[in-house]
Amino acid sequence: MTIPTKAEWLDALTQRHGAELQSRFSAATVAICGLGGLGSGIAVALARAGIGTLILIDFDRVDLSNLHRQQYKACQLGMYKADALTDNLREIAPYLNIRPMTERITEKNLKTLLKDADIVCEAFDVAEEKAMLINGVSEQLPHTILVAASGMAGLESANNIRTRKITNRFWLCGDETSDVAEGVGLVSTRVAVCAAHQAHAVLRVLAKQTERR
Amino acid sequence: MVKINGRELNLAGNTLAAYLKTTDFDVKRIAVEKNGEIIPKTQYETTILQDGDCLEVVSFVGGG
Repeated sequence: MTIPTKAEWLDALTQRHGAELQSRFSAATVAICGLGGLGSGIAVALARAGIGTLILIDFDRVDLSNLHRQQYKACQLGMYKADALTDNLREIAPYLNIRPMTERITEKNLKTLLKDADIVCEAFDVAEEKAMLINGVSEQLPHTILVAASGMAGLESANNIRTRKITNRFWLCGDETSDVAEGVGLVSTRVAVCAAHQAHAVLRVLAKQTERR
Repeated sequence: MVKINGRELNLAGNTLAAYLKTTDFDVKRIAVEKNGEIIPKTQYETTILQDGDCLEVVSFVGGG
C-alpha cells in the first residue's frame, strides 16, 4: 500500500471542505494540553479534519488504566503519551505537522509552550489544573482562543454535553457538573462526545461560525 | 444590582474577592468572567463590583 502524496492528500481535503475552509484549517496551529481521553480524541479528530499543526503536551506515559477511553494501543503501554499519540497520528495523517512535548504545563511555562498556538484546547483531568490553564492563558496570551472542558464523567445522557461561549475567546464544553470523583468515573463514549465538542468548536472558530454569547 | 450566574445581587461596592468568600466556590477551581473578559486572579482583591456588571463564575469539575 503506497501512501498518497502530500498534494493528493490536500486535494482530497479540499474537495471535502472547499478551498477557503481547508486553507484556514491548514494554516492553523492548535495546542492540546493533556493527552488523555479528551486530548487524544481531540487530536485524532483535528488530524483527520486537516488541521495544519498540532502541539501535543503531556508529562505522562500510557498506562493500562487509560486504554478504556484513550486513543492508544496495548503495544504502547509505558510510552510517553506525546510520542505514542504522534506515532498514531502519523499513521492517520502523514503530512500533519506535530510538535510533541513531554512537559508538565504550569503558570510559569505556559506562555513559552503555547505562544505559537492560535487555539489552545484544555484537556486536563484535574479541576485545579483546568482553572490554572484558563486563567493563565487568558492573562498571559490575551489573543489566544481557549476551548476547555468541564463535566463529562459517568453514564448520564450524552445529550447533556454542550458547547457554551463564555467570552469572545473562551468556549466551554461539557455538562459542567459531572465530576470524575463521583459515580462510575470516565466512560469512553461520553468522553468521546465531549472531545468531539471541543474539536468541533475549534473547527467552528476557524470557520468563523461560532455560537452567539 | 450586580448579575452573577444569572442572579441579581445587591453587591455594588464589594470586591470580587469579598463576594467569593461568601460563596461555596473553590477559588482554585474557578475562572471569573466579567462583562465579556476573564478577570486575572491577581485582580480579585482589587476588582470592585459595580451596578450593571454582569459576571459568570465558571467552576471546573474533574475528568478528561
